Amino acid sequence: MEQQFNDQQLQQEVESTPATGFRVIWREFKKDKLAMASLIIVALIILGSIIWSFFIDQEKLMEISLLDEFAKPGENGFLLGADQGGSDILGQLIVGAKNSIIIAIAITIITGALGIAVGIICGYYGGIVDNFFMRLIDFIITLPSTMIIIVFVTIIPKYNVWSFILIMSAFMWVGTARLVRSKALSESRRDYVSASKTMGTSNFAIMFKGIMPNLSSLLIVEMTLNFAGNVGIETGLTFLGFGLPDSTPSLGTLVSFANNQTVIAEKWWVWLPASLLILILMLGINYVGQALRRSADAKQRLG
Amino acid sequence: MWKTVVRRFLIMIPQLFVLSLLIFILAKMMPGDPFTGLITPDTDPNRIEELRELAGLNDPWYIQYMHWIANIFQGDFGDSYTFKVSVASLIGDRGMNTLWLSLVSVILTYLIAIPLGVIAGRYQNTLRDKSIVLYSFISYAIPTFVLALIFLYIFGYQLQWFPTSGTVDVSHDKDSWGYFWSKVYHLILPAVTYAFLATTGIIQYLRSEIIDSQTQDYVKTARSKGIPMKKVYTRHIFRNSLLPIAAFLGFSITGILGGSVFIETIFGFPGMGQLFIQSISARDYSVITTLIMLYGFLALLGSLLSDIILSIVDPRIRIE
Repeated sequence: MEQQFNDQQLQQEVESTPATGFRVIWREFKKDKLAMASLIIVALIILGSIIWSFFIDQEKLMEISLLDEFAKPGENGFLLGADQGGSDILGQLIVGAKNSIIIAIAITIITGALGIAVGIICGYYGGIVDNFFMRLIDFIITLPSTMIIIVFVTIIPKYNVWSFILIMSAFMWVGTARLVRSKALSESRRDYVSASKTMGTSNFAIMFKGIMPNLSSLLIVEMTLNFAGNVGIETGLTFLGFGLPDSTPSLGTLVSFANNQTVIAEKWWVWLPASLLILILMLGINYVGQALRRSADAKQRLG
Repeated sequence: MWKTVVRRFLIMIPQLFVLSLLIFILAKMMPGDPFTGLITPDTDPNRIEELRELAGLNDPWYIQYMHWIANIFQGDFGDSYTFKVSVASLIGDRGMNTLWLSLVSVILTYLIAIPLGVIAGRYQNTLRDKSIVLYSFISYAIPTFVLALIFLYIFGYQLQWFPTSGTVDVSHDKDSWGYFWSKVYHLILPAVTYAFLATTGIIQYLRSEIIDSQTQDYVKTARSKGIPMKKVYTRHIFRNSLLPIAAFLGFSITGILGGSVFIETIFGFPGMGQLFIQSISARDYSVITTLIMLYGFLALLGSLLSDIILSIVDPRIRIE
């Protein structure tokens, strides 16, 4: 009987000791109610805007109807009112959110892949490769990137969404690369790496099958925070008029109506919902990112 | 000490060279040249060709680059064809406005961040600490243009506490106190917006620094000598934790410049950031290239300043 009990206990311990991966993250979110709420809200906004946008006819949305010019929320069947051209704000909000989110995800994936690859290669090999990339990264970080991105946006012929994604990515991978490199540097000194080398594992396999999985928690956090940052930068540039092309409305397009003095002063329903949606997205994603960071570090965990 | 400063300066030279080369290539990629604006239907194409030849636009690129650099060293950045004045004088006027805005912003940032960081670190895990951490989280997450717009809407248009654009009320006499106050009054809202965003880094750094110092040996020694905790904080911990904060000064400059494009556009503040957006819309390329060069140079200078201050206050990190 006692033996059985011990066995059960042992089994439980065995099950709970490798507290890695998603179970740790799940525990952290269960402990921190605000993080859980943020996660749900962010997931709802992302999934909701993407699914809802399938049911919106974009051409009909952008049709100009002067009768509905600046309709107030609730008027003429517009739940959130209408803009100068009489277009539905709610519909633009959904389509804009979808575009902003998908483009931020694309930039996050490209910069993440590039940053992680360069970071791990620099940290693993060290020496000249490392020195070269670090000087390059230090230099790119000090560049006035907002201004250079704006210049590229204005001078590139046949400018489209993909050119925007590539221009942004060219400047945004450096932060990730620097962070990953510093972690990969210390990870490369570990015994398991030397052991793999002795066994004749190829450098490529050590870097991307050995070191990378060991950095995964850090990478998840970094990508989450980058995603939030990219939403902010994309909407900001579109707000200034140098982001997404007009054919692809983003949340920044709606906010940019506030550049008009009467709109910002009197027609709050045109620009404020988009601003608040950006704000909620940023706060939510960042809070999720912080909870992920805590769960990646055993010393800071709440759960 | 001086060795470090000189070495750090030497690192900056290749950086400046690459920066200038990059901007030169960017400038060459821009369509048109200084004479495109002069072309009218009556212009003789041969005359334009002559002018191009005289200005050296048909030379190989490296000769053009040398000319460009030589002109920069003489303070000649070309002319702005929308404003019809030399770029140097145009940027000079706008630069003063941005300089004042930056100065007030930095002062405000430090005035807000240092007390908050100190309180959060000293009273860790109390309600005060938690609200300060929440504040710094929000200011970290919120994008510049969203905060600026919301502030402008609430304090400028709804409450009407502050003016919504410009740097000064023109009704005042130029050398009067009223003029000066009007200038300060116009600065407050953009500066507060900037400071709200910039405090995060300093607060978080100061807080963790103070929390870490509490377990350091020098604090234990001071306590065991019988010094009251209050004095340990004011005389020992704060002094040690505040020094590296000075190094944030350089980064603050870089941050302000990056944010100035948004903040100046939204608050209608005629500084360099707004000038940049106007020049982009007007395709005024000589102004654009000069501004990027200037911003890049100031950012490099900022990181140089930070490194030098840091090496003064913390001898461990000097470049060998």
